[in-house]
Amino acid sequence: MRIPCPYCGARDAHEFAYLGDATVSRPDPAAPDAEDAFFTYAYLRDNPDGEHREYWYHANGCRQWLVVTRNTRTHEILGASLARASEVTA
Amino acid sequence: MSARYSFLSLITNALNGQSGWTPAWRDAAPKPAYDVIIVGGGGHGLATAYYLAKEHGIHNVAVLEKGHIGSGNSGRNTTIIRSNYLLPGNEPFYEWSMKLWEGLEQDLNYNAMVSQRGIINLIHSDAQRDAYARRGNAMRLAGADAELLDAPQVRQLCPFLNFDNARFPIKGGLMQKRAGTARHDAVVWGYARGADRLGVDIIQNCEVTGFLRQGDAVVGVETTRGVIRAGKVGLAVAGSSSRVTRSLGLRLPIESHALQAFVSEGLKPLIPGVITFGMGHFYVSQSDKGGLVFGGDIDGYNSYAQRGNMPVVEDVLEGGMALMPMIGRLRLLRAWGGLVDMSMDGSPIIDVGPLPGLYLNAAWNYGGFKATPASGWCFAHTIAQDSAHALNAAFRLDRFRSGHVIDEKGVGAQPNLH
Repeated sequence: MRIPCPYCGARDAHEFAYLGDATVSRPDPAAPDAEDAFFTYAYLRDNPDGEHREYWYHANGCRQWLVVTRNTRTHEILGASLARASEVTA
Repeated sequence: MSARYSFLSLITNALNGQSGWTPAWRDAAPKPAYDVIIVGGGGHGLATAYYLAKEHGIHNVAVLEKGHIGSGNSGRNTTIIRSNYLLPGNEPFYEWSMKLWEGLEQDLNYNAMVSQRGIINLIHSDAQRDAYARRGNAMRLAGADAELLDAPQVRQLCPFLNFDNARFPIKGGLMQKRAGTARHDAVVWGYARGADRLGVDIIQNCEVTGFLRQGDAVVGVETTRGVIRAGKVGLAVAGSSSRVTRSLGLRLPIESHALQAFVSEGLKPLIPGVITFGMGHFYVSQSDKGGLVFGGDIDGYNSYAQRGNMPVVEDVLEGGMALMPMIGRLRLLRAWGGLVDMSMDGSPIIDVGPLPGLYLNAAWNYGGFKATPASGWCFAHTIAQDSAHALNAAFRLDRFRSGHVIDEKGVGAQPNLH
């Protein structure tokens, strides 16, 4: 797999570290349903077979966090953007 | 029904030109309804059906398999059996599995080629020796066997290892002599034949596409071979658990990942048992055909592709070269990948629910094969009695909510690191 890093261009996946699902976001700890929301956030995943938005860190490169869209059936990479810019919300 | 295998049946068939053998199990067509349906015809599903019939007297059971039995992870693993876990929720379960392995062939009247050649987890530092001494003690407390070896003892068993590697010198090992390997396909076939002889229908090429609901309850399945009703539905589809439960509106604490395995060209007997490298992720055993069977880490990103990528191939082979440089000239014969359910704490789920009429057996991470007998045994108990056995009491689905996670590696809710 080669990941198209917005700074570095297409680089081998070897250079990146994987975090996981980028569609989950940290809930508000002060909210009344925080306990439930944190359980969902920390543990439950859609785990789709198909398109998956996920965090990758370009550890051996520009050291930026990316949101990569990838097909989990074929490993085809459909796009990558800087995580800070995309500010994904659940 | 297939005949009982015996020395007499061997001789009889040898004399009559091997014409007397009958199929080991029936290729059943689905009936309109069953008491219990098990989704997934791998080792775990077939073992569950076998123990439902044998231990709980429930014979009106169907095992549904989307392809042919044993074509998923049961046919893709590296065949290692062991019970060298640390935590109280895990170790008694895996030790029960080990005990079932030891009696499996007599029980099933089938040669599963269980070979207790031993496993050695290598030690490379003082801290690692402390950790393995603790693990060995935990194993012995749960009734398993464990022995701490020093470097000369390891050298006697495995003289070919790179003991004086400057970075990873070998200082000893933790050995479980009762561990070893079994023939993965034979385990599937043995359980299939055993279940079939007790009246279980094994239905192949029958993919579950949805569930029949009555209110909240699950009362049957929709399949590519029609609708089948059931009193209880058990899922044993590790690798695809999230995919199968999606239509029920369930989200599980699971990610699907690819795990690769490798086999070399055949060699004369070389590796005495199973060896694991303590400073990289590499483990190796030797098959009866002579090939070295080895593997390492999962690929580390969500995948349903049943194949992996080069970085892990490189990492595994580097680990192998660091441990035993003699394999440098060996040719790799095959490499393949399987789909594994990686759970949020690295431990499995065998539980009632989460919907009425539904039972879940999932999240075997990269270590489901060794668990096959106990997984089937405990899942059968859980389905028949509507409550977990003491051995799988810790494998609850709600442990993530309650905080009772079983995290052997201590890395937290990060499935790709377990």
